[in-house]
Amino acid sequence: MSGPLLEIADLKVVFRGDLGRSTHAVDKVDLSVMPGTTLGLVGESGCGKTVTSLAVMGLVPRTSAEISGHVRFAGVDLLDLPDRALRDLRGDRLAMVFQEPMTSLNPSYTIGEQIVEAIVRHRGLSRRAARAHAIDMLRRVNIPAPERRIDDYPHRLSGGMRQRVMIAIALSCDPELLIADEPTTALDVTIQAQILDLLRELKASTLSAIVLITHDLGVVAEICDEVAVMYAGEIVERAPIEAIFERPGHPYTVGLIGSIPRLDRRDDRLASVPGRVPDMTALPRGCRFASRCPFAAEICVSAPPPLTALGSGHWTRCVRAPIEDLVS
Amino acid sequence: MTAPLLAAEGLTKHFVMRRSLLGRPTAVVKAVDGVGFTLRAGETLALVGESGSGKSTLGRLVLRLIEPTAGRITFEGRDLLSLGAAELRAFRRQAQLVFQDPYASLNPRMTAGDILAEPIALHGMVPPARRDARVAELLDLVGLDARYAGRYPHEFSGGQRQRIAIARALAVEPKLIVCDEPVSSLDVSIRSQVLNLLRELRRELGLAYLFISHDLAVVKHMADRVAVMNFGRIVETANAEALFAAPRHPYTRALLSAIPLPRPRARRERIVLAGEIPSALEPPPGCHFHTRCPFAVERCRVERPELAADGAGHATACHRWTELPAADVAAAQPHGSPALDRLVAAFGQAADGQGEGGVVTVEGTGAPALR
Repeated sequence: MSGPLLEIADLKVVFRGDLGRSTHAVDKVDLSVMPGTTLGLVGESGCGKTVTSLAVMGLVPRTSAEISGHVRFAGVDLLDLPDRALRDLRGDRLAMVFQEPMTSLNPSYTIGEQIVEAIVRHRGLSRRAARAHAIDMLRRVNIPAPERRIDDYPHRLSGGMRQRVMIAIALSCDPELLIADEPTTALDVTIQAQILDLLRELKASTLSAIVLITHDLGVVAEICDEVAVMYAGEIVERAPIEAIFERPGHPYTVGLIGSIPRLDRRDDRLASVPGRVPDMTALPRGCRFASRCPFAAEICVSAPPPLTALGSGHWTRCVRAPIEDLVS
Repeated sequence: MTAPLLAAEGLTKHFVMRRSLLGRPTAVVKAVDGVGFTLRAGETLALVGESGSGKSTLGRLVLRLIEPTAGRITFEGRDLLSLGAAELRAFRRQAQLVFQDPYASLNPRMTAGDILAEPIALHGMVPPARRDARVAELLDLVGLDARYAGRYPHEFSGGQRQRIAIARALAVEPKLIVCDEPVSSLDVSIRSQVLNLLRELRRELGLAYLFISHDLAVVKHMADRVAVMNFGRIVETANAEALFAAPRHPYTRALLSAIPLPRPRARRERIVLAGEIPSALEPPPGCHFHTRCPFAVERCRVERPELAADGAGHATACHRWTELPAADVAAAQPHGSPALDRLVAAFGQAADGQGEGGVVTVEGTGAPALR
């Protein structure tokens, strides 16, 4: 198959609040993930990256949110699927790893029971065969002595080990797509390096594609092929990984990259993005970043900017693009 | 030479985790285990290490928020551990603390103004009639509008709260601030604002920082000197430049090589440590790092390496560092494209011009933007 494995088109998630105020958490998001690639979804707290991934997984409750658009996975629109069919997919062909390894495992079951549950549900193996498979999975994610560890409760494991158990559960049914939401944020750097290596290795051997959600551009540079930057519910830039660090196309991306202290030199000041994100219940009419953008002009506040092409696979939602012409 | 601002010698803190029926300790965590360092006025010393390395405990010990099991701490040459209650309070005016989580460290029932006025009143910093004016000055100093004095913590963003926490520390005009992971809970773009502020304040007020962080990139940006901690001990300490240019201890090298670089396809040798961080209750014998160290030999398993300094003050606690191959310091090689550098520079300048605390206006319209 040559088409994308996951294709999100015009996805909107609106949470209805009190007094007729609604939060447009995800607004007209278009994304696609080709088989064999890793997409980084980058942005700061509240930009909608987690809600986007939850909507893909069918985990945003329809009772509290209006979801529209299309989420096509291997040709099927997940938003049209009945719950039952979605449950068959989730944990099988589609898997997710959450940020908090401390809270996303059930403390009252052993880790073995939690892995076996997924395998029995989707693969219909006997418990005995499922247990053997679970031990195998734990070994693959580098848990030492998996035959003994499988009967441990989550509290006996360190944060890094729990995250590896989460990954083992997610991968136990050989999913085609793994969505990893900040999988290393709660971990120490040395453990983070182990998990990133593991993800890289797994992508090479079994997984077809990964969507990695993170606020850390360093992590993105380490393992992603493509990046989408989100701001206030919208995708503001999409680019191949080299392009975004060579010539970022959106001022917000420039601010994010400039905010990271550099190891190769000592700057007196770091670039920082002034101000704060707009109120998501009362968004401005024009560009949502204009109020914080040092390159903003009158044209920016009058109408919402479209995504425009900058190069092959490189798009930016900035009417003043290419912004490097503004500074040369 | 005058006495350093802060000096610690053989500082030790053991926490008893379990006691026998008769009250004898049966399990002890040596959170800080014989640590010595000095900090001069106006200098920034960073404490780096993974969770559980004892860096926060050390920060609390030097402020005497917890009592050490053994060791000596002096502040401007005076023995801190012999201070009585009144003297200790006077000392607290010289040394303050900024915590990691600005959501938990500000009282939700007090306005920003009250939070800042409390230490001013407590220490009699200014006459009562001048308090409001001083609060306004402090808010201004950390880049917040003085009108915000009447607001409660929940009305501020994380970055603004951290500014209030910093202003509170500054209210008593200290010489030393212990910053315990001051930017770890903040978003990337806000993090750089707070780091810029801390650097400015240091320059303007001549502050010394004991800067506790697990983020080596942040440490490189802030520190004059760095001490790397592992299991309650300092395993390497040096000037920041020297440490980042040529790390010696395998643990420091591993930490440095594990930093994800914002640089795609960066070619570098990664030292990925195998295995888990051992339990603090039973750290490995000999060198505490030997179970994860790629260079460990028999001697490391039995003999504890002492922290030994060279002529330049670069100290390393490793039996083998002189025999090890030079560290791969790819992280420190210049990188970045000229286009990116120009954009970031322009962004930084223009954004600074907009001001950080005041009302931002959208260029060309004069209209106040959403804040």
